[in-house]
Amino acid sequence: MSYSEVIKNFNRIRDYMREFYVYGFKGRDGFPYKSGRSYDDERRRLESWLGDYMGFYQTPEGKRVFLSIDSRSVRHNPLYKAWKARSFTDGDITLHFILLDILASAEQALCLGEILTEIDRYLSGFQEPRIYDESTVRRKLKEYVSEGILMAHRKGKVVYYSRAEDTPLPGRDMLDFFSETAPCGVIGSFLLDKGTGQEGIFACKHHYITGALDSEILCRLFLAMGEERAVTLEMTPRRGNLVSRNTVVPLQIMASAQGGRQYLMAYVPGSNRIRSFRLDHIALVRTGERSPRFHELRQTLDGMRAHMWGISTQGRTGQRMGHVEFTVQYDDQEQHIHRRLEREKRCGRVERIDRNTSRFSADVYDASELVPWIRTFICRITDVHFSDASLETRFGEDLKTMYRLYGLEGGDSI
Amino acid sequence: MIFSELYSAYYNAVAAILKAAIDHPLQGEELREIVRQHAFGESILQVEPALREGRWQLLRPDGTTPVRKEPSMPLTLLQKRWLKAISLDPRIRLFQEEPLDLPGLSQAEPLFTPKDYVIFDRYLDGDAYEDETYQANFRLLVDAIHCQYPVSIEMESGKGRRVHTVLLPRYLEYSEKDDKFRLVGSGRRSRVTVNLGRIRKCEKYRKVYGAFSTKPTGEADLQREMPFQAEAAPHTENVTFELTDQRNALERVLLHFAHLEKRAEELGGNRYRVTIDYDREDETEILIRILSFGPMVKVVAPRHFVELIKERLRSQRSWER
Repeated sequence: MSYSEVIKNFNRIRDYMREFYVYGFKGRDGFPYKSGRSYDDERRRLESWLGDYMGFYQTPEGKRVFLSIDSRSVRHNPLYKAWKARSFTDGDITLHFILLDILASAEQALCLGEILTEIDRYLSGFQEPRIYDESTVRRKLKEYVSEGILMAHRKGKVVYYSRAEDTPLPGRDMLDFFSETAPCGVIGSFLLDKGTGQEGIFACKHHYITGALDSEILCRLFLAMGEERAVTLEMTPRRGNLVSRNTVVPLQIMASAQGGRQYLMAYVPGSNRIRSFRLDHIALVRTGERSPRFHELRQTLDGMRAHMWGISTQGRTGQRMGHVEFTVQYDDQEQHIHRRLEREKRCGRVERIDRNTSRFSADVYDASELVPWIRTFICRITDVHFSDASLETRFGEDLKTMYRLYGLEGGDSI
Repeated sequence: MIFSELYSAYYNAVAAILKAAIDHPLQGEELREIVRQHAFGESILQVEPALREGRWQLLRPDGTTPVRKEPSMPLTLLQKRWLKAISLDPRIRLFQEEPLDLPGLSQAEPLFTPKDYVIFDRYLDGDAYEDETYQANFRLLVDAIHCQYPVSIEMESGKGRRVHTVLLPRYLEYSEKDDKFRLVGSGRRSRVTVNLGRIRKCEKYRKVYGAFSTKPTGEADLQREMPFQAEAAPHTENVTFELTDQRNALERVLLHFAHLEKRAEELGGNRYRVTIDYDREDETEILIRILSFGPMVKVVAPRHFVELIKERLRSQRSWER
């Protein structure tokens, strides 16, 4: 098949975009499960959609392609463009514009026969007019009714079609903002495409734009949760080609504003526990049966969140709960440290011991999730304690390794 | 669903082409310009021949179209459900005084609710979006950005002092992590940023401001002669670190810094070198974020950044003795 910049399957380009954007150092040989032709085609598509953000450099092993975007300096997520590249047939696009025009021009709802006659009239001016059969047009009408852009009503045995009511759009600023910050923001971007392309007035800091690539997965999970249905998740193989499938009850999406990851929290009947699934590892969502336990399970998850630092619902040792606490000291001029603890404590507790000392403590399912955050207080941690002794040992050893790395205790100084 | 041709750049481009062709017969260059505006880099190679060759029977050889009305598409159910979902967000009141109530939305189920989607690591002292003064300040600033007039702001500094400033607003910056808005504007001498949550009073600035040789006679003079700094770009710095891919560090680090401009290269032996660009005013934040990765990351340049890390480690070690 010859190259086209539009695509039928989103999953393949989703993988490439993530690789080029998040990693950016892999060449053709870094995609062992893809053919060379596939690599070239996807790279060319990305250049066509996102040329301004693509960069290249040469290594002895070959050319390396990367996507580099300072998300703070762009007003609209450039990765949304991929969602606007769906392929279609010549018949689809012709029928789309003619159908909507016929129904916009009609004074009343039309039946299939009347629509077919009108279509023929529209196309009669072309040298070789395209001929649409009845079933094609009926299928398209049915599709547009389910999309909500057309309405159908039956009179006797005849179905009549009309355009859905036009809904005025909310203000552009509102759409600008929520298209960048709300879940499935790409839908807001589709709405913005209906207006003029003026520059937005919002920038976003700490803005992880890769979540956009998981919009379809997220949307399907929202729809399943709205209907309280179970789903089967097909997971992208991380290594090898083995695709795993999990049938679960989706309960909530938990997203990280500090790491850019989005997780589905779901009940897994097979193991009788609630656990997380990364959205970017899900390739496909199939909606299943209604789950009578949805509300009860969601309530259970709500209760669990009082002991979840992140998304983990189980510690490394198999213990039900782990305790962690640490103390920090700061100068008179560093009172913001206490405020920082209060601001960032999530499910933990903060006590002020004296004017220059504060203590944080928490009881959580997985204390290892706190380690990166505790390290951000390096320079003022006076003691740290984990109920899991191995975590405490590792924390101390990691610190010693850092001293060595920077030549503070012998080792390879820089 | 989301990945549908109904929302595609090609459909948008063709809608714009037909809109023009309804008005007047469309010629090649105009058509190509419309495609450039609405679609992708190589789209012209597909769109123009498809229309000219009659594969898409929407444009006649003379540049006219059988389509009679300006193309438009009613909102899809998915679009309505998304709008309904954002109408439940408390930040919606920043944009309008009344709840979002568009015709056609009342029947739509929200695509998601606040119970379906939570951000688990957002800071707890976000801005007070439901405060009416905050909302009024927000709307005034949005108007000032659009209309480009200066504003007078009284705010509380980080140390609790009352501060007054006059600036020309440029844009608003939102941080998902902080759950706060900042105003970025041009002051007399430099770029100014103001946390909206600290603003106590905010109004359109009507007095003469700066060194005018004569008193300005109207709004236009005031805006033209206002001696504000042109929009200044942030001061960008960069830091280079090497990382060892243990405990899934490579993916964690690169995803963590994915929102910044960066370059990454493989050094071999499970080691990688990464350079990220950052705004100088965020240096402390970048420093502690790098520290959070512990021994998996070692900063190698610039020298002053290495010294900042070493200083923190030295202080930490002093507690252990």
